[in-house]
Amino acid sequence: MGLKTPLYEKHLEAGARIVDFGGWDMPVNYGSQKEEHHAVRNKAGMFDVSHMTIVDLTGDRAQEFLRKLLANDVAKIRDTGKALYTCMLNEDGGVIDDLIVYYFGTSHYRLVVNAATREKDLAWIGKQAKNFGVDVNERIELAMVAVQGPRARELAAVVIGEEWREHALAMKSFYGMFAGDLFVARTGYTGEDGWEIVMPEGDAAAVWDQLIDAGIAPSGLGARDTLRLEAAMNLYGSDMDEGVSPLEAGLGWTIAWDPPERDFIGRAAIEKKRADKLKQRFVGLLLEGKGVLRGHQRIIVDGIGEGEITSGGFSPTIERSIALARVPAGDYDNAKVDIRGKLLDVRLVKTPFVRNGQVRIDI
Amino acid sequence: MSELPGDLQYTKDHEWLRREDDGSVTVGITDHAQSALGDLVYVELPEVGQDLEVEGEMAVVESVKAASDVYAPISGGVVAVNEELADDPEKINSSPYDDGWIVRLQPAGDFDDSGLLSPNDYQTLLDDLED
Repeated sequence: MGLKTPLYEKHLEAGARIVDFGGWDMPVNYGSQKEEHHAVRNKAGMFDVSHMTIVDLTGDRAQEFLRKLLANDVAKIRDTGKALYTCMLNEDGGVIDDLIVYYFGTSHYRLVVNAATREKDLAWIGKQAKNFGVDVNERIELAMVAVQGPRARELAAVVIGEEWREHALAMKSFYGMFAGDLFVARTGYTGEDGWEIVMPEGDAAAVWDQLIDAGIAPSGLGARDTLRLEAAMNLYGSDMDEGVSPLEAGLGWTIAWDPPERDFIGRAAIEKKRADKLKQRFVGLLLEGKGVLRGHQRIIVDGIGEGEITSGGFSPTIERSIALARVPAGDYDNAKVDIRGKLLDVRLVKTPFVRNGQVRIDI
Repeated sequence: MSELPGDLQYTKDHEWLRREDDGSVTVGITDHAQSALGDLVYVELPEVGQDLEVEGEMAVVESVKAASDVYAPISGGVVAVNEELADDPEKINSSPYDDGWIVRLQPAGDFDDSGLLSPNDYQTLLDDLED
């Protein structure tokens, strides 16, 4: 028996198959995972992401604290509600977690971190925050539902109070706003437009029902994973962890190197890595024939070396198998993958594989 | 959960077997197995003519979620494989006991069903899993 979100009974009602995810009993699918995937690409689907950890930070030195804690620079976000994706590193430059931070003022931020890393994240953040007199407040009483898909915002707008609705619909990508008891952000993990809606746990079931009535399909963690893989969005624990720096996980773009005097945790370690020239690349792979790429399969590059798939699977949109992989540095476009002892052809492709309903690679 | 076909035998690994008139045995995976796996996206089949040992690897079924081995329920030679699964692995989801058959084996020696389950016994096994 694991932890349950306020929507657990709703999942059972919708016929969910429940699995353990980081200690939580979560829906992996309700029926066909592929149909859930296509619903998000073509119309709208929704995911219970209440297991994710929401942390509010307050204190006069909150900005200064986050400029130390995070590899991206919160000084870049100055508009109320603006969001920033970043890694939180250890002293060795390894990724403790990836997260989204929202700005409400230099003394008030909100973090959304992963569920499976909750305890170590809170311990780490709490330990660092002490030096800055920043209050760390986990919002365990909040639920969160991600509505995703080309029609998600239009269909989900019904749950937002009328006085905020127009403003919410006009909100730009990677912003969030409060709308009464709700917090609505134009963010997600699927490569589609949509919102993540945060609400008091007591409202979650009613909001869920309203969203179903609006025509949004309940979708499980299975579809969430194939959608994020197509969008080439990293999964913590698979594509990176504490033994991997952002530079080796395709997340170099999230590191704010300027200003050079900002001494964020892990900076010295990853600066050294950057100077030493990286030995690995993080790439997208397309399997040329039939079969399925999976995490931990070995990648062989003739005359150069070997790498490993960090996450892989079948892409319902492309109808081929795709993967993210860490492979040896070098200039090449083709490699082999070892699937149960057979060496099959894979091609390196520029990610994302799929974005906003469109296949973005050459098949 | 739909009713189990009564004319089949089953294994604890959620496979089914059907004895054909010519003495061969058709093998597939059960409705329970396909439902647990989720949408199938790839099936790796053995070669026709290959000899399989009981409990040896016979096929691999891959769903959107995971890859799963299918073991030979009896020793025998592969006399046919369901080629249609190459292009349409979801036949296993939509028709696990019929269009979604996987392999046909010619038993090595006499057909030995001592390790197999009757529909009733398999149903009991499923009921125990539910608890």
